[in-house]
Amino acid sequence: MSFASSPAIVRLPLWRSRFVLLVLLAAFAVLVGRSLYLQAVDTDFLQMKGESRYSRVIETPATRGRILDRNGEALAISTPVKSVWAIPEDVSAGPAQLARLAKLLGVDARELQTKLADAERDFVYLKRQIPPETADQVAALGIPGIYQNREYRRYYPGGEVMTHVIGFTGVEDSGQEGIELAYQKSLAGNAGSRRVIKDRLGRIVEDVGSVRSAQDGRDLILALDGKIQSLAYSALKAAVEQHRARAGAIVVLDARSGELLALANVPSYNPNNRGRLGGAQLRNRAMTDTFEPGSTLKPFTVAVALELGKVTPSSTVQTAPGRLTIANYTIHDAHPAGALTVAQIIQKSSNVGAAKLALSLPREEMWALFHEVGFGAQPDIGFPGEASGRLREWKQWRPIEQATMAYGHGISVSLVQLARAYSVFARDGELAPLSLVKLDGPVTGKRVIAPETAHAVREMLELAVQPGGTGPRARVMGYRVAGKTGTAHKQENGGYSAHKYLSSFVGLAPASDPRLVIAVMIDEPSAGQYYGGAVAAPVFSQVMQGALRRLGVAPDAPMRPIELPGEGEEAKEST
Amino acid sequence: MELIQFTPRRIIARLSAGIDGALLMIAVALVALGLATLYSASYDLPARVTGQAMNLLVAFGLMWLMAQIPPQTLMRFAVPAYAAGLLLLIAVALFGDVVNGARRWLHVGVTRFQPAEVMKIAMPLMLAWWFHRHEASLRAREFFVAGVMLVVPVVLIARQPDLGTAVLVAAAGFYVIFFAGLSWKVLLGVGAATLAGLAPLWGLLHDYQRRRILTLLDPTQDPLGAGYHIIQSTIAVGSGGIGGKGWLKGTQTHLEFIPEKHTDFILAVFSEEFGLVGNALLLGLYILLIARGLMIAANAPTSFARLLAASITLTFFTYAFVNMGMVTGILPVVGVPLPFISYGGTALATLFVGIGILMSIHKHRKLVQT
Repeated sequence: MSFASSPAIVRLPLWRSRFVLLVLLAAFAVLVGRSLYLQAVDTDFLQMKGESRYSRVIETPATRGRILDRNGEALAISTPVKSVWAIPEDVSAGPAQLARLAKLLGVDARELQTKLADAERDFVYLKRQIPPETADQVAALGIPGIYQNREYRRYYPGGEVMTHVIGFTGVEDSGQEGIELAYQKSLAGNAGSRRVIKDRLGRIVEDVGSVRSAQDGRDLILALDGKIQSLAYSALKAAVEQHRARAGAIVVLDARSGELLALANVPSYNPNNRGRLGGAQLRNRAMTDTFEPGSTLKPFTVAVALELGKVTPSSTVQTAPGRLTIANYTIHDAHPAGALTVAQIIQKSSNVGAAKLALSLPREEMWALFHEVGFGAQPDIGFPGEASGRLREWKQWRPIEQATMAYGHGISVSLVQLARAYSVFARDGELAPLSLVKLDGPVTGKRVIAPETAHAVREMLELAVQPGGTGPRARVMGYRVAGKTGTAHKQENGGYSAHKYLSSFVGLAPASDPRLVIAVMIDEPSAGQYYGGAVAAPVFSQVMQGALRRLGVAPDAPMRPIELPGEGEEAKEST
Repeated sequence: MELIQFTPRRIIARLSAGIDGALLMIAVALVALGLATLYSASYDLPARVTGQAMNLLVAFGLMWLMAQIPPQTLMRFAVPAYAAGLLLLIAVALFGDVVNGARRWLHVGVTRFQPAEVMKIAMPLMLAWWFHRHEASLRAREFFVAGVMLVVPVVLIARQPDLGTAVLVAAAGFYVIFFAGLSWKVLLGVGAATLAGLAPLWGLLHDYQRRRILTLLDPTQDPLGAGYHIIQSTIAVGSGGIGGKGWLKGTQTHLEFIPEKHTDFILAVFSEEFGLVGNALLLGLYILLIARGLMIAANAPTSFARLLAASITLTFFTYAFVNMGMVTGILPVVGVPLPFISYGGTALATLFVGIGILMSIHKHRKLVQT
């Protein structure tokens, strides 16, 4: 048997040639078929897939709007910065180059090397938010695999003075606190997008065009007055330091428009350098913390009594012997007096007098007024973390609670709530709606008490800052001032501390046509003095004086230097 | 005594002696397409184009040289060429340079080359010579020896590892054995045995070779790793559509999405820029080339010439088919360049040596058998 098909080949065997031709034809047919399929049938899909590999939509950041004070002073601005990032695998640089890079970026050279050694990651930030000049120097090093992003960094010219109102943004340029958080949406604007062509390494090779242009954030003009704010902050800070207090807060309201002209807290922090930041510094006490206000609440008790016609300013209340016992609990006056007029209850700040007045009033009426001036509910001015405070339902009030609430215990309020409540006395009975942003002029508020009642209480408050009252140190040269001191024992472990006080003063001026309401709170003064009239009233006086002058408010009293009361001439209050 | 006159006419006549116009035109057309495509693919490495032009000069020189050598003379080189190739392969296995994980290169003086390339010509030369010599008495023994002569170098090349060249050398040898008249039954038997041997062969394959075969079945399994080449190249080919995106306008190429865009995957660049029309043109040129080669084989006067011509021609086909199949995603990725198009001096030289041999066989078709 022959192993070969033909023992001697003269020509290529015919069937083999045909077979080979067949195979060749089939093979070419397969290639043509495949080519047809890819390039004529599946083209759209493959083109789409191809496009998805190079066509990218990138975000173009919108510039965050500025925050300005009512006079156009910048309180928060965005400055362009660069963030430096790398594709670790693509980075090739000698040790000397890396050392220079580390030095420019201000990072540890070893840390930089660790970051770049991580070949698993495609993207690693080397340093965020460096100044454009430094970024240019980094680019000049010409190290492959290192890229830069344009970003914005928020800068706060006002620093620690404004920070509790303004808040700050995080590294992603979104608001974290304060106004920056509350107005995030309008400040941030809308990022735009562009379609670009990127190569395999993600480098932008071509800018195809804008899909949507970026809408920059809107500037926000606050009601805040930078000068008054600075004055308020420095006066408060000085007082907190002088009295070795734990903290302090101050609120300045425009009584006509309800605009918040200043709000400051101590301790504060520098929003431009938030390296070491504690919770205490961050707290916007005036807005988010509540406290038992003490005597500053007495005017509201009196207002209820006057509204209901139970008393007149000259009605007398017997406060002897300076204490009142209700169901195992005794209310004390610091300086027992005899029969006091209603006006004198405010002037001398008698707890017994206020309690007796309260007990003569229906609980629901008292609750209604407290509620209407805004206690126990959020002020709703759109600030993050506004406190509502605690005002219990009147049905649950026991007589002792009604009595203590008359002088501001068993109820808690925030300083902003308190300042706003006093606008009722400043605006002849109308409660001002609060505003963080600048308004065009006066606004109408909700009527809470009759104008006569408001006038009467205002007169009593004027008495309270005159010699013989509790707050003569609150007086301002050239202006009539009306206000009330508060000195509350702080709550501690479910009871009241004997030695820890919260001193406050809330007042308004000029009393003839009130323009400003200022509330001051000093937490735990521990340098000896603790009465609101001694600790908080001077801050009020200082800030009120400066603010009235700044606003050009016409004086309504003789320009005579204020004689500060001598030792012992000042009335002391017990709460 | 006649003086040799160096007139231009004579020089041209001397230079064109033995050159087959048809083959030359086809090859030049292919090479022109190749240079154009390479130019587009080399926007980042312009030196590639001039380098390839230099390679072409050398290749044309080799072609001309081969065209001058009559098949009878060529026959004398069969054994030495094969022996030299085999020795070189053994030398590579022992002393070769490792590039990209494969031991393929041998240093010779200032340059280095891949001895496996030699086998692409030496193998069919040797086997054609072998069957020519035993033309009158072809028995099982002759086929068996031919089989051994085929398998030894193929295994050496596959072990480098260089699957692409191994496939081409094996194909070149197989074509000779097939046309020499290997019995249909044996063919089927060996085929069946090969299939049965696939399982153990699987175990012999390198990891990357196995992965290539597996990802061929489903490239999406590993889109960033082994499947990346195939996915990117199919996308590029398909993106070309009917008319192509135009020369120098292939986005996948220019955005660096195509791997090995100068060499094995240059078809992706070509297809994206010239589309289905371009592919049809390219396939047409290959078909013309193969048709011309087979015609030359059919008219060859001796067994040696016939077997050699057929084998070389079908090797061109194998090159083109395997490369196009791999780039369009129907064959596994084995490193086979697109003939006459891909960048690479050694491959180009081998191809043009083949063309030269075909020309020589064509020129001497009228000579009497020895």
